[in-house]
Amino acid sequence: MVGALLPLTVRGAQVRRRGKRLIGPIDLVLDGQGVTIVIGPNGAGKSTLLQMLHGINRMSHGTLNWAVPADEARRRQAFVFQNPVMLRRSVQDNLAYPLRLNGASRSAARAAAQTWCTRIGLETAQTRAAMVLSRGEKQKLALARALITTPDLLFLDEPSASLDGGATRDIETLLKQAVADGTRVIMATHDMGQARRLARDVIFLRGGLIHETGTAPDFFDAPRTPEARAFLAGDIVE
Amino acid sequence: MRIMSTVLAVALATATPVLAEDMKMAVTTSFHNSGLADVLLPEIKADTGIDVQLLVVGTGQALKLGAAGDVDAILVHARAAEEKSVAEGHATHRREIMYNDFVVIGPSDDPAGTADSETAAAALQGIAGAQAPFVSRGDDSGTHKKELSLWAAAGIDVANAGDWYRAVGAGMGAALNTASGMNAYILSDRASWLNFGNKGDLGLLFAGDPVLFNQYAFLPVNPDKGDHIRNDLAMQLEEWLTSARAAELINGYQVAGEQLFTFNAQMTDTAKAAE
Amino acid sequence: MTDLWAGFAEAARLLITLDPDLTAIALRSLQVTLCALVIACAIALPLAAFLSVKRFRWRRAVIALLNALMGLPPVVVGLVVYVLLSRSGPLGVLGLLFTPSAMIIAQVIIIVPLIASVAHQSLRELWAEYHDLLISLNTTQCQRIVALLWDGRRALLTAALAGFGRGIGEVGAIMIVGGNIDNVTRVMTTAIALETGKGNFALALGLGFVLIALAILVNLAIHWLSRTETGRQW
Repeated sequence: MVGALLPLTVRGAQVRRRGKRLIGPIDLVLDGQGVTIVIGPNGAGKSTLLQMLHGINRMSHGTLNWAVPADEARRRQAFVFQNPVMLRRSVQDNLAYPLRLNGASRSAARAAAQTWCTRIGLETAQTRAAMVLSRGEKQKLALARALITTPDLLFLDEPSASLDGGATRDIETLLKQAVADGTRVIMATHDMGQARRLARDVIFLRGGLIHETGTAPDFFDAPRTPEARAFLAGDIVE
Repeated sequence: MRIMSTVLAVALATATPVLAEDMKMAVTTSFHNSGLADVLLPEIKADTGIDVQLLVVGTGQALKLGAAGDVDAILVHARAAEEKSVAEGHATHRREIMYNDFVVIGPSDDPAGTADSETAAAALQGIAGAQAPFVSRGDDSGTHKKELSLWAAAGIDVANAGDWYRAVGAGMGAALNTASGMNAYILSDRASWLNFGNKGDLGLLFAGDPVLFNQYAFLPVNPDKGDHIRNDLAMQLEEWLTSARAAELINGYQVAGEQLFTFNAQMTDTAKAAE
Repeated sequence: MTDLWAGFAEAARLLITLDPDLTAIALRSLQVTLCALVIACAIALPLAAFLSVKRFRWRRAVIALLNALMGLPPVVVGLVVYVLLSRSGPLGVLGLLFTPSAMIIAQVIIIVPLIASVAHQSLRELWAEYHDLLISLNTTQCQRIVALLWDGRRALLTAALAGFGRGIGEVGAIMIVGGNIDNVTRVMTTAIALETGKGNFALALGLGFVLIALAILVNLAIHWLSRTETGRQW
């Protein structure tokens, strides 16, 4: 049995581009189970934070330590982008791709892809080009492609932005199942209803800094800072 | 990848290996355009088993190919350059094979009156005097060198001539096309002219002056240039080219009812005996 | 104008009678250019993908160079290859001058920059699209190149066909390094040049029309092949 990926410990992390600070300094310890929701106004640095933790956005300062070696940590996490990136292949081949990268045989990858196609309701579209799917179908496919390698940690960057209710519900159902199966989820969202439905705890980001953190009931019912209160009340916060 | 491999398979399947006794000979465009090669090559193959591959280039390039050792023999018509090539050791020797002649071609209404000239020099002086457009090969070929020597003999300095003298820097056929296009005078070998398919308003105006004769010679490339030089085949070819069989074919070759070439090789004793 | 009609008539005659000389020359043209195309693609496509995914110091310089080399004058390529392959040149011992191999080498040099440039244009866009995902999936440089080449194969087909078009219609370089030897290195374009030189415009035009038809046919065939392939896939 492999060791636990978490806790993740972040100390004094900063991301700077062309001399401008995007986020940080950030201090954070990530552990436990369930869903952590990252919220905050536009430009607060939610995407940058997720990408930095995932390792696809380089840190300028600070340290980031996993409970396992860094390259192993990368292999055990996945990322779903706000705009789903579809490989110009069939639905099935999109699902099979991460497995093939991990060295799975063609037949094993295909079998797993078929199972997931059924789970996300695309069993009749398996051989169609992923590019021609609707936006909701694409995002479900992107989520399934992230989950197919059963990652220990999953990042999602506003996965249900501009999706209709049905697709959003499908995404959340898949996420809850993944959490039940032991996947730790960190998700940025603008949808406060979704945040309340899924969150175990919350990170409120503002101006590239962690402004407030807390468990979901504490944060939503009794935010400590005036900015968090204003944000939850629907006021404009910068 | 599947497409790639299909393409590769097709390409390889159509590759045709050449396994006969091959030799490469550089010849001038004027010789090739005469059509004589089409008669001689199959006979050479039948008699000697040699597959002569022709590289049709200008005289300058032919001599250059010989000097680089890229061909086994050359067949050209520029005596001074040929003798220089032998002197520099690029070719073992020079063997005269046959001659044809140059003719002056021009517009059929002949504004320079070349048709009535007594000599080639007079014909050229007529053209220069009338400032009639004249197309020169201008490519350092045998024909071009011949043309320059004729102008010199006529006492005309074409290097400083007016814009009636147009050096096109092209092969015989291309130069004839140009002359046809601008209805200009041009010096051509008879063979190229007779075989030329785009005569337009041009006609043969002057011929027959002995200075217009055009001697072809065969030069085997020096085998010292490398083991790849097929000097054995070149010698075999030379023997064939100077044989009675070659004489018969060369003298008998006609275009539009006219004999183009006159065989004048010095036959060896064995060849004479065979005759 | 009469030459043009005579050319059409000559093309028709050559095709209807399935002229054996024409068939041999056309096949040799295809053989030389397709071989050159396969080799050029094997060099240019991975190069284009590499230039798309890898950021290195001279990347911009290399791309600018490739774009500039697209306009490489074939005659110059021919001369350089001639000098290299000549018996008195550095590669003379190979004995490749005046063989189809020499023509293939010259064509590869001429079409690699073209294929690489056109391929790079489209792969760069594809990489912009794939960048985040492939980085997130922890792919190696090599896996990224493979993904771009495979998923960009339709665009790459266009690049390859552009290369084929330039190769099959090229005359300046292969005339010099091939020598236009009858039955050995004579191809469609050098045959056209030869017949033009003889003033046989009808035959030259006829060959020209056959060459154009051949190029169109190959384009259609490759498109058709790619469609049946994707049809099975998707």
